[in-house]
Amino acid sequence: MPAVSETRETVEKLAKSNYEWGFETNVEMDLAPKGLNEDIVRLISARKKEPQWMLEWRLKAFRAWQEMSEPNWAKVKHPPIDYQDAHYFAQPKKKDGPKSLDEVDPELLKTYEKLGIPLHEQEMLAGVEGAGQKTPVAVDAVFDSVSVATTFRKTLAEAGVIFCPISEAIIEHPELVKKYLGTVVPVADNFFSALNSAVFTDGSFVYVPKGVRCPMELSTYFRINARNTGQFERTLIIAEDQATVSYLEGCTAPQRDENQLHAAVVELVAMEDAFIKYSTVQNWYPGDENGKGGIYNFVTKRGICKGDRARISWTQVETGSAITWKYPSCILAGKGSVGEFYSVAVTNGHQQADTGTKMIHLAPDTRSTIVAKTISAGQSDSTYRGLVRMQPKARNGRNFTQCDSLLIGDQCGAHTVPYIESRNMSARIEHEATTSKISEDQLFYCRSRGFSEEEAVGLIVNGFCREVLKELPMEFAVEAQKLLQISLEGSVG
Amino acid sequence: MSDFLKIEGLKAQIDADGTSKEILKGLDLTIPKGEVHVIMGPNGSGKSTLSYVLAGREDYEVTGGSAHFKGQDLLELEPEERAALGVFLAFQSPVELPGVNNANFLRTAVNAVRKARGEEELDAVSFLKLAREETGRLSMSGEMLKRAVNVGFSGGEKKRNEVLQMRLLKPSLAILDETDSGLDIDALRIVADGVNSLRGPDFSSLVITHHQRLLDYIVPDRVHVMAHGRIIHSGGPEVATLLEKQGYKQFLEAAA
Amino acid sequence: MSENSAAAWQALTGRAGERAALLGTEGLPTRRVEAWHYTPLQSLNGIAWQVAPALDDAAVKQRIDGLNLPTHDGLLVFANGRFCKGLSHLPACMDVQEYGDGSAVQPLLAGRFSAGLNAALRQPGARLHVPVGKDAGLIVMVSLTEGNGVSTHLHHSITLDEGARLTLLDIQLGEGQYLTNPQMDVHCAANAHLSHVTKQVESREAARLAIVGACIGERGNYDSFTLNQGGVLARQEVVSQLSGSFSNTNVNAIQLVDGSRLNDLSSMIHHASPDCTSRQTVRTVLSENGQGVFQGKILVDQIAQKTDGYQMNQALLLSEKAQMNSKPELEIYADDVKCSHGATVGALDEDQLFYLRSRGVLEEQARDMLVQAFLLETVELVEHESLRDYLLKALPGHV
Repeated sequence: MPAVSETRETVEKLAKSNYEWGFETNVEMDLAPKGLNEDIVRLISARKKEPQWMLEWRLKAFRAWQEMSEPNWAKVKHPPIDYQDAHYFAQPKKKDGPKSLDEVDPELLKTYEKLGIPLHEQEMLAGVEGAGQKTPVAVDAVFDSVSVATTFRKTLAEAGVIFCPISEAIIEHPELVKKYLGTVVPVADNFFSALNSAVFTDGSFVYVPKGVRCPMELSTYFRINARNTGQFERTLIIAEDQATVSYLEGCTAPQRDENQLHAAVVELVAMEDAFIKYSTVQNWYPGDENGKGGIYNFVTKRGICKGDRARISWTQVETGSAITWKYPSCILAGKGSVGEFYSVAVTNGHQQADTGTKMIHLAPDTRSTIVAKTISAGQSDSTYRGLVRMQPKARNGRNFTQCDSLLIGDQCGAHTVPYIESRNMSARIEHEATTSKISEDQLFYCRSRGFSEEEAVGLIVNGFCREVLKELPMEFAVEAQKLLQISLEGSVG
Repeated sequence: MSDFLKIEGLKAQIDADGTSKEILKGLDLTIPKGEVHVIMGPNGSGKSTLSYVLAGREDYEVTGGSAHFKGQDLLELEPEERAALGVFLAFQSPVELPGVNNANFLRTAVNAVRKARGEEELDAVSFLKLAREETGRLSMSGEMLKRAVNVGFSGGEKKRNEVLQMRLLKPSLAILDETDSGLDIDALRIVADGVNSLRGPDFSSLVITHHQRLLDYIVPDRVHVMAHGRIIHSGGPEVATLLEKQGYKQFLEAAA
Repeated sequence: MSENSAAAWQALTGRAGERAALLGTEGLPTRRVEAWHYTPLQSLNGIAWQVAPALDDAAVKQRIDGLNLPTHDGLLVFANGRFCKGLSHLPACMDVQEYGDGSAVQPLLAGRFSAGLNAALRQPGARLHVPVGKDAGLIVMVSLTEGNGVSTHLHHSITLDEGARLTLLDIQLGEGQYLTNPQMDVHCAANAHLSHVTKQVESREAARLAIVGACIGERGNYDSFTLNQGGVLARQEVVSQLSGSFSNTNVNAIQLVDGSRLNDLSSMIHHASPDCTSRQTVRTVLSENGQGVFQGKILVDQIAQKTDGYQMNQALLLSEKAQMNSKPELEIYADDVKCSHGATVGALDEDQLFYLRSRGVLEEQARDMLVQAFLLETVELVEHESLRDYLLKALPGHV
């Protein structure tokens, strides 16, 4: 049973350090002054050498944001956020931008090592050609707000795939960015998306042309590493007719005592017969045992199936952050298009998570599947919040939703808040939700076979999440299993 | 009137996931009045589709050919009109109707059919008397009349319930869609007795089966072999025996 | 027009006087208020709701005679918000107490607009009391409202002492474009059992904001069933709190929504003690332009270990224009619980329809049978036999 020995190893490792990835990298930072106003927006745009249209877009977003207020409907609590008490631009000091990996600050490469980026990926980062030919992964590593390394661009370019920092895309491919940016998540969609639109510094841009199967998994690692730096990633992925792409996103953050705000926006556009798979493993710093510190993760992720039979699949394993506010959604506008959402959310300590999805069925024969697994431990609170809407034109629309919650200990909470709206009689919606605890029988059975209580819990939790974990690409599945174990550390007994 | 059921060049397709798949590809079949015919064929040959098309299932789109019963264009009729005309389909997997009381269901069906045939409707008392007689005959417990239709019924009970419906509705054409699948010998005998008891000059039957076994109890007038949406061979009862011994291979090769 | 300057608001606050503060809001709830998102009340704004005038006893009696009530042990009649003593009678073991100063929002219902409105404009209703160990049998309560632009706000209170039993058939009907806003406070002491069947067949033009707050003691049982059928906009709200251990509650309902009407069943089942059970089945049938709403929360406190809660809501859409909005909700703070909910929305099952038709049943009749069956399974949850039969007769296309 390799999973078991792996689990043991992980637990042993954990006994030594509570949050092994809580470290800082000493790279000189170029910081903008604290605060947010039009001048800061202009400064960000200028530093990025953006064209005028982009600046105007940002300013429009900023003005919209000023008129908006923070949403208060989610089941999360936090002290008021002072948006003026943060830096909105931080850039590692560098020369003219690395042309190759050799020019990348060795400190950064060391960071990847500490982060546990799989060996073959490190080799790729280090430029060892042919290192991972079986399952090549292109890594667009985001170090704070600026992409500093991109690999395999050549291979991708040969296939016609554009994979680059969005800041670069704004300059190199303005026609594509202009055409799609803000079309799935409008600038003023919500408070955090407006904020992101005004001040985003970087993120990924992916364009897969018609008929192209992206030759490798695309992956980005995010880190937050500067004190009091808001992190505002912006990702835009476009898959043209019959194109296929799988994108992986993973994050870890160093240990901090002050809360850090993260408000990313991800937009996906899938045209006719296109397929976009977007997978996330999120394990940002959740705060210490007293609930101090930790990341506030207020993310807007949304995809549109624009073309007929397009498919968008979101998979997420959310174990980190002090607060998670995140609803990866699908707008099913093309006939016969498909939306999927597979989620595992684990909360422990004082974490709060309010996460789920929206499936908006606009066209006939659209289908959606939602599988959400929620695990609450410690004094945490976790909420699944989801909307399924069948619009009048969604003839024969289908949705199936399964939400299961597992509670570990009597100090935590698990909540399920689905919104089910049907305006078409031929559409069919089915929703099921359960809440339970790990049964004593299961625990006893495992323990009588030699597992410690913690190992037994780990096993059972992994089993509980299997339906979701199997949706993850291989390289993430193992990491995700470890994370579940780590996240529940100290929750038993 | 020798051509009781006459199917000519019947083509039908089903739409699934945006693509159409043709299942019946020009099927010809004639069943004269008073005869019992059997269709045997490998999985996926279109046997069940044929039974659904004859009963009027809307999922199947008829794209060519015709099917006449008692001189009427069957394909033009609603499912309930076909039932009134005397077509009865015993389902391979009888549908569960939660909340619909079995006795009430049977009486509604019997009276709807009687009304359409110009017969007098049965009142509650005479219906119940009739139903009790029939359940007794089929060794069904009276309890089954009180339960919801097919809900919580075992496989055997469901098949018996189909036979009960057949006996009560008195069809002139009974289509049995693999009614024998998954049945023990006792249940098999009950199904066969159900058909045999209705046999007569005005009753025909189309028995779809996989197994020779059922034919030990129902002796057919003709046996047809079906493959790829067509009848590829027809003959007497000996065809079934031949199939049992040698399989479909020779027929498939001959047709190819 | 801002909400608080609307004719309705001016009239209602004017009538409430000092008690207007109990309303707790600055206008009728809009779509922006989460609890009223699917059932916004703006359509009531244009009417200056007045006190409903008294009705003639003889006319009221005529209406009641037409109801074909099941055999009962007591009858309470209210007409336009007033108790009709001459038409009412109660069994010996039961009293109707004097109405006291009840003008406060019951803590259990705090923050709920229907309760605030009732507190502000409260009219004395039934104050029923069943003493220790007594079975009061079947009591029928009829509330009739007639008129246009008028509103009633009856406040009923039902107290069952230890081991007491009562079956209450609560019929609400009327004629005209009125607003009715009844509240019922229920207290079931230990081992007490209240079966509460509400048959709501208000006028098709009426608005209805009804609310029930039940508190259930140890091993007590509050078994509620609502037939939600009338009103142009009608919410039936049930808050049932399991305050004693081993207590049980059922909050079942069927909603029949046609025309351009909206029927809403909103409930909160609060497990506030260990070892309690709750069951909920809500089925909604929607035709024409009908809008159905179901909002049901199961709240389980940290102390409420060994909770067993189950909730099912299903909606059947019979027309292209009908719509259903459901929000089943679980909020759980105890770990040793077994809670689940399910929801389905869709049309009649095509397989079932075909099966019936292949047996000769006409399409329309087959549809009726399946709708009947869909509703029947819920009505059968009513334990009282004559009440069950009475409800079955009220279903459409009765077979």
